Amino acid sequence: MTKFIVRLIFIKCLKAQPICNDEHKNARYNFCLRLADNNLILAQRLAEWCSKGPILEEDLAITNMSLDLFGQAESFYDYAAAVIESNSSADELAFLRSEREYLNTLMVEQPNGDFAFTMMKQMLFSAYTKLLYESLSKSVDRTLAGLSAKALKEAKYHLRHSSEWVIRLGNGTNESKERVQFALNELWLFVDDMFAMDENDEALITIGVIENTKDIKPKWLMFIKQILEEANLQITSNTNSISGGIKGIHTEHLGHLLCEMQYLQRAYPGAKW
Amino acid sequence: MNEDQRLIQFEARINAGEKIEPKDWMPEAYRKTLLRQISQHAHSEVIGMQPEANWALRAPTLRAKKILLAKIQDEGGHGLYLYSAAETLGVDRAEMIEQLQQGKAKYSSIFNYPTLNWADMGAIGWLVDGAAIVNQTMLAKCSYGPYARAMLRICKEEGFHQRQGYEIMAKMMAGNDAQKAMAQDAMNCWWWPSLMMFGPHDADSPHTKESMQWKIKVESNDKLRQRFINRTVEQAYHIGLTVPDPKLKYNKETMNWEIGPINWDEFWNVVKGNGPCNHKRMAHHIKYHNKGQWVRDAAIAFAQNETFVTAL
Ligand SMILES: [Fe+2]
Ligand SMILES: [Fe+2]
Repeated sequence: MTKFIVRLIFIKCLKAQPICNDEHKNARYNFCLRLADNNLILAQRLAEWCSKGPILEEDLAITNMSLDLFGQAESFYDYAAAVIESNSSADELAFLRSEREYLNTLMVEQPNGDFAFTMMKQMLFSAYTKLLYESLSKSVDRTLAGLSAKALKEAKYHLRHSSEWVIRLGNGTNESKERVQFALNELWLFVDDMFAMDENDEALITIGVIENTKDIKPKWLMFIKQILEEANLQITSNTNSISGGIKGIHTEHLGHLLCEMQYLQRAYPGAKW
Repeated sequence: MNEDQRLIQFEARINAGEKIEPKDWMPEAYRKTLLRQISQHAHSEVIGMQPEANWALRAPTLRAKKILLAKIQDEGGHGLYLYSAAETLGVDRAEMIEQLQQGKAKYSSIFNYPTLNWADMGAIGWLVDGAAIVNQTMLAKCSYGPYARAMLRICKEEGFHQRQGYEIMAKMMAGNDAQKAMAQDAMNCWWWPSLMMFGPHDADSPHTKESMQWKIKVESNDKLRQRFINRTVEQAYHIGLTVPDPKLKYNKETMNWEIGPINWDEFWNVVKGNGPCNHKRMAHHIKYHNKGQWVRDAAIAFAQNETFVTAL
């Protein structure tokens, strides 16, 4: 049985990428892990809203986004493990790595703040993933393309939902405008980190698994500027930025999130749930 | 037609098994009882999100997280259907929420117990949703159309919740000693309160008689409770859980599992507000409702601006 599965994975791998050397495998593993970690950490943040939404409908909408992202995380972890033919389960990858091993972008681990902050964070991130998944859905790696096409549908919905709120809040009351502008100013610090690339991306670009994702940032900026204009919001003149997610160097917030998320897996090693 | 004639006609319709719809004439007492019951039911769904949300961030696997979040989301959805059903009786959701927060409307006492370990997620799904199904299956036959239809939709989802809860318990009972202890702990916590969910014994139930006459209820508290017990005891034994009732015994003639006395002092104590979480649940609801005020205000202001712009 195991042999059979390994064989299937091997075939998948062959199909996905003719030049399947170890360097490329690791690059793909790393890339999928990054996608998965982004989704996992943001899903966990969104789940914090459960029973705390400003109105019942919104409580459910946020839970819905959280559910989508947990689902995406799971698929990308499964695929990451398959790429390197590892026996690690999605759960092991999600729950049993240390803080330094998570590759998510810093934006997603930031605390929720108020509703404006959460929606702004969601919009900035979903606008990025929408473009990323659009590009990845054309990948020569058919599995990655398939997973991305599915994730794209959800990202579009998350983007619509969050950008509608950003526009609403920006044109709502003085208070809501202030809050959503504050969120934009604070979160702008983490924008560059979303677009960070390393040697893994370079390797994958050369073999066509991913397109040159450098093109994404200008497209992203153009889109965001449109929404912000509709929302009557200004991009901060502060050009400071922090990065490090891609290297596993995080903000102080991630450790706490992981403590809570990993609690049962850590407290009862090997237990089945 | 005078009031008496209308009442006779109304009761004749109910006896003929017809559904009463929002625009139909109904006695004020019928409307009031239903409104009290449906709004209480809606509040229960919403307050019930809290004890489960307490574990949303600590669910041990991705699958468990997805199942739990989806369940909590379902419960919120049930709250929405039920608020809509209650609104057909002439009171809007904002007013019902105000009544809840002022302590004038109640919610099910079961949610005033804390969720202290992961097995509580199992016990809630299996026992609390299990008890709710028995009750709601009965309510799906009630005489008020919008409520009966809401129950029909909701019951399907509760079936999933119950199975998923039982699966958590079964997995933990098949696990290590610590897991088994947690599962038994949860069983001990939730068994009696879930039996109390059916309300006082028939002899002590103030609303039962009238509710049965108008088919707001179609079966008595004790009958429903017994049905739940019979179903659940076997399931507990099947996975090795002990039912925390030394007097529990099987009666071969009636084919019922007979339980020991229920501690009604505890029940009334919790109903009166002295349960372990009464204060916390309400404080949480009020806190986040108030915290969301500026968002709701902004949405209203935006909608008004929009209409203004369109009008131009
Ligand atoms: Fe429910
Ligand atoms: Fe349920």
